[in-house]
Amino acid sequence: MKPAVLTGEHFMTGDDACAEGALAAGCRFFAGYPITPATEVAEHMSARLPEVGGTFIQMEDEIAAMAAVIGASCAGVKSMTATSGPGFSLMMENIGLAICTETPCVIANVQRAGPSTGLPTQGAQGDMMQARWGSHGHYEIIALAPSSPQEIFYQTITAFNLSETYRLPVLLMTDEIVGHLSERIIIPEEKEIKTVSRPKPKGRKDRFKPFKPEKNYVAPMAIAGDGYNIHVTGLTHDEKGYPVMTVEAQDEMMARLMGKVQQNLHDIIRTEDYRLDDAEIAIVSYGVSARTSFAAVDEAREQGIKAGLLRLITVWPFPGDQIRRLAERVKGFVTVEINLGQIHLEVERHAAGKVPTFLVGHPGGTIIPPERVIEIIKEAF
Amino acid sequence: MKKIKQQINHPLDGLLRTDRIPHIWCPGCGIGTAFSSCLIAMRESGIDLQKTVMVSGIGCSGRGAGYVNLDSYHTTHGRAIPFATGMKLANPDLNMVVFSGDGDLFAIGGNHFIHAARRNVDLTIVCVNNFNYGMTGGQVAATTPYLSKTTTTPMGNPETPFNLPLLAYASGAVYVARWTILHTRELTESIKEALLKRGFSFIEVLAPCPVNYGRRNKEKPLETLKLYQEKTIIKNGANPTELDIDFENRVILGKFVDINRETCTEMYDKTCRPQDILTGEEAA
Amino acid sequence: MTFWRVPLDAEEIQISRGIVHILEDRCKGCGYCIEFCPRDVLEFATKFNQKGYHPPTVKKPDECVNCHYCEILCPEFAIYSVEDTSEDSMEEH
Repeated sequence: MKPAVLTGEHFMTGDDACAEGALAAGCRFFAGYPITPATEVAEHMSARLPEVGGTFIQMEDEIAAMAAVIGASCAGVKSMTATSGPGFSLMMENIGLAICTETPCVIANVQRAGPSTGLPTQGAQGDMMQARWGSHGHYEIIALAPSSPQEIFYQTITAFNLSETYRLPVLLMTDEIVGHLSERIIIPEEKEIKTVSRPKPKGRKDRFKPFKPEKNYVAPMAIAGDGYNIHVTGLTHDEKGYPVMTVEAQDEMMARLMGKVQQNLHDIIRTEDYRLDDAEIAIVSYGVSARTSFAAVDEAREQGIKAGLLRLITVWPFPGDQIRRLAERVKGFVTVEINLGQIHLEVERHAAGKVPTFLVGHPGGTIIPPERVIEIIKEAF
Repeated sequence: MKKIKQQINHPLDGLLRTDRIPHIWCPGCGIGTAFSSCLIAMRESGIDLQKTVMVSGIGCSGRGAGYVNLDSYHTTHGRAIPFATGMKLANPDLNMVVFSGDGDLFAIGGNHFIHAARRNVDLTIVCVNNFNYGMTGGQVAATTPYLSKTTTTPMGNPETPFNLPLLAYASGAVYVARWTILHTRELTESIKEALLKRGFSFIEVLAPCPVNYGRRNKEKPLETLKLYQEKTIIKNGANPTELDIDFENRVILGKFVDINRETCTEMYDKTCRPQDILTGEEAA
Repeated sequence: MTFWRVPLDAEEIQISRGIVHILEDRCKGCGYCIEFCPRDVLEFATKFNQKGYHPPTVKKPDECVNCHYCEILCPEFAIYSVEDTSEDSMEEH
């Protein structure tokens, strides 16, 4: 067997880094479908998974890919898939199934310009609201946004750890730019990589309730074939997993599904501050746009503008508290994203009119250059 | 809610979630019988029930997974087969049974069916065919007979239905059979064979849907069973191209395909896994 | 039982006998067991069960041969037969 963790220095694309990160996290099942610009993740996994004892399958469509990922996860194996906009839309129903059945899994969306077929080979960040609300019904979700191939490696591991801890699908919202960028990445020693697996059930098998949360608001997960005889359904269900068609059961189930994220925000939300302490203008950004915004902050400071950057590592759940606190002391917010205003809406909402909020965005196809950010800042303030 | 007292235990109670019985299926619904046959077959086949998983989709037949006292997964509409595929690939020791309906498996799930059959994933598919979408009130399905009345074909179905055994055979299934709920013993034997068979096994079970299909087509449940008794003929090994369902003339039942070929997992292990893994720990 | 031609070993063969058990409150009155019992052992009861259906009742208990057909045909898990091993059942017809 080849090692799952390829310790050392590498020069690889973001997509390849995603695959290696998944393997380092313990992923041993990948079901996918080819789609530009995520195909390389599948290709890399098809070669590497068999040599580390895992299984790869290219399914007949993205819907099947997501279904297979959930099935494999229910059988106890860490699973993922990778896709882009059109495939992401197809996967939405089954992402909802994973949320409702509390099945851990990771879905990487290497975003490209949409809507519809759009610009298949050019990046964008236009799926961020879809990441939050793409499936029907109300729910909580976790979405991460890496800014470099090295970050993709680490954030894929984080995505698996969060999904296993909270029994939730985690979306890794990369984009074509970072996905197809080749950069130096360093993969550490295996022992330095912390991985987490879903909580195991304890106690009598016949008394086990598959959806009864423990103190951290998450229920331990029984694996198929272990003798727990669980029933798992997408219908609204009680703690035993049995479908119950009442308003009370709906309230209780939603409280469980939402509670495990809402009560653990302190553990889930990750952000990075850059020169924000004395900033008068807070740039809010994520993913590849955050990367270009670092340069924008430095350039602005050179020009005497006190800019700072709040980089979102977890875009969902959105760090509303941080925006609210910043709104007390900055002159305004500038959201930088490759879309026509999605996370911008969240910033605006949390700023609650205290200070003005501006968007530096465009619908996709290329990065937002730092000059453009400074231009908007000067126009606005 | 007053609990219904049971005087004695039914022999299958060990395999049922008795706290959920009586089930939701209508009086005279064939799904109950098909489900019962499936449970008997699972028990009599001798397979390790702890490692047996039932996966279903959405629909009346899909509710079956909720009543079996084994690990069971009630998934999204049409996606039971890819879900079961993922589960089987992740843990090849599991015995996967997909118990679902004709609408779920062949309309929305049609693409998944043919690919799983092509791949020869080791699954046992029990498809309850009641010629309509029962759960949602009786709409036309891919298996509804020509000119039948359903809620979305009030003037009669203008389309002709699938020949399911032919579809399964053409896609590469290694075991294909068709029975009705009246032919309960043959059905149970078939499911037993399918469970013990390596590869993609498919069994079509014709069943009455008295409240939705039957009522609209002037067929009381006992009349449907009489049709099963009088208009069916058992022809094991019949040519799948001759298996169109025609209750005016005759409907052919039997075991039509029973061949051997390598399963999905076997082919993957042979082709894709590095030889040193196979000669090492995994070869045993 | 009348035979068209009496088998040579008619004296030795024991015809199995069965006792039918009915879980009345599971029954939904479909009538399949009554219609298809090969020995015509069952009929609809006049009473109602909890849900308002007429469950079956055994009208000819001596005729049951424990074939289990009612048990396997019933969609509701509401009826089954067990072998009658009492002394009188051991007599052949």
